[in-house]
Amino acid sequence: MARTRHETRTAAGAGALLAFVLGLAGGVAAEETAADQSEKEIEKYRAMINDPMANPAFLNVDRGEILWKTARGSKNASLETCDLGEGAGKLESAYAKLPRYFKDADKVLDLEQRLLWCMDKIQGADLKEILSRKFSGPGKVSDMEDLVAYIANKSSGMKFSAQVGHPKEQQAYAIGEALFYRRSSIEDFSCATCHGDTGKRIRLQALPDFTKPGKDAQDTMGSWPTYRVSQSQMRTMQHRLWDCYRQMRMPAPEYGSEGITALTLYLTKQADGGEITVPSIKR
Amino acid sequence: MKPLSISVVLAALSFPALAADKVAVPPAEVEAVVQAMFKSALEDWKPRVGQDETQRVCTDTRNNPPDAEAAKIKARELASIAYPEDGNVMGDWKKGEKIAQTGTGGQFSDEPGTVNGGNCYACHQMAAAEVSFGTLGPSLLGYGKLKNFQAAENKLALAKIFNAQSVVACSNMPRFGYHKFLSMDQIKDVTAYLMSPDSPVNK
Ligand code: HEC
Ligand code: HEC
Repeated sequence: MARTRHETRTAAGAGALLAFVLGLAGGVAAEETAADQSEKEIEKYRAMINDPMANPAFLNVDRGEILWKTARGSKNASLETCDLGEGAGKLESAYAKLPRYFKDADKVLDLEQRLLWCMDKIQGADLKEILSRKFSGPGKVSDMEDLVAYIANKSSGMKFSAQVGHPKEQQAYAIGEALFYRRSSIEDFSCATCHGDTGKRIRLQALPDFTKPGKDAQDTMGSWPTYRVSQSQMRTMQHRLWDCYRQMRMPAPEYGSEGITALTLYLTKQADGGEITVPSIKR
Repeated sequence: MKPLSISVVLAALSFPALAADKVAVPPAEVEAVVQAMFKSALEDWKPRVGQDETQRVCTDTRNNPPDAEAAKIKARELASIAYPEDGNVMGDWKKGEKIAQTGTGGQFSDEPGTVNGGNCYACHQMAAAEVSFGTLGPSLLGYGKLKNFQAAENKLALAKIFNAQSVVACSNMPRFGYHKFLSMDQIKDVTAYLMSPDSPVNK
């Protein structure tokens, strides 16, 4: 019932937004440089970020809240006792400190992995079914994306506090850094090929530099999860890295794998101290 | 020479401390994580997950191989280059333009049968009229003209496109011919786009 209403609102919101963005792009004078133009678009996006009426990803936040509080699975339990690192059920600032080491799992987990852990242990949920909807698409909602939107939003306005104190966190960070520079596949790419220098572009697309801590990494990581206008869906870092490995001509990386989490920790460390403003909205 | 900036000095000063903090992860452990990350890859995609010797050295040295290693890479990559049998390195520049603009092929999202593109515009400026170009590589505007349209230069350009690392060890440019990402005909077409006096690259 609630879901139908939400979906209608999503479609309407996205349509209005798209028209707005297209209108904006069309109205820009031709002599302006591409960089000016995209900078202006980014400014407009930023203005919309905090406006729940303009950013359809706030519907994911709403759905995520319902999912968090609803009893489900073979154990008919809600996720409200799930410990995301700050204590059972405590959501505020949890996202700002993920990925991190969890003693019960004896592993470093990102938010998605931790949610899957809680769904399994607390709810006895059907993970296969949930993962069959790991990324949303036309007519397909993703519980994972919705829950990430809800939980990440609880850290909005806070700053990243990357967790690299525990030996396993240090190890995950080092693996993430190694993965970032690792070249492979049929075009010899690594992440550093495209994100290894400041102020570079692919075609007209500006590329953030992740080789050093600071603004590029902060602006980037602080704006995920995000509503992708070009895809009409809300996306999380799992999807972003899946998409970059696609461009690297690699096979699809496993969702919730150790490697994705290691990369996410590496990127989060580069973004340490950066402000979180999510869900955001992007091209 | 650029003046030494404060951040460079700071980085130099703070590096030893950072390095001491750093956990060293054995390469085998990183590779195990990589294998697990791509464990569902189809059989014919599996080879992409590993690394050849050049990729491994460039990874280990972060694309800054010591001179001796760089020389080895260039020699090895040079030996991989095949030239057209009839000696003609120039194809059809019009087809080459299309290849330079096409960024699809080889991705898990591509329809089967998608023809690979060179995607040169992702990284290079080429024809003056095309303003949507990336900056990961140097501008190639007027490249053939700069080389005085000499036949020997055409052959060097084909070699560069076939295997960029035969010239610059650990270049960020893909080794298009080595990986058979582009066919010999496609490489000839792109060479013509870059080098032909008729091509918009040289107008
Ligand atoms: C072949 C080029 C290429 C490679 C290789 C690549 N990326 Fe990207 N990446 C891009 C492009 C282009 C974008 C921006 C896409 C967009 O906005 O639509 C991007 C965006 C991103 C973003 C989000 C940026 C933002 O502002 O929201 C992150 C994070 C990222 N990449 C990380 C990585 C990591 C980690 C790797 C390696 C696993 C990687 N990328 C490899 C091209 C690449
Ligand atoms: C991912 C980025 C990337 C792509 C894609 C790419 N290149 Fe490059 N290219 C570079 C970089 C970086 C250099 C400079 C280092 C070097 O010479 O290898 C370069 C150098 C070159 C040079 C030598 C320029 C000189 O200084 O003489 C030529 C010629 C060239 N590229 C042609 C091409 C063509 C043709 C294509 C497409 C078929 C292409 N490149 C695709 C990154 C790229």
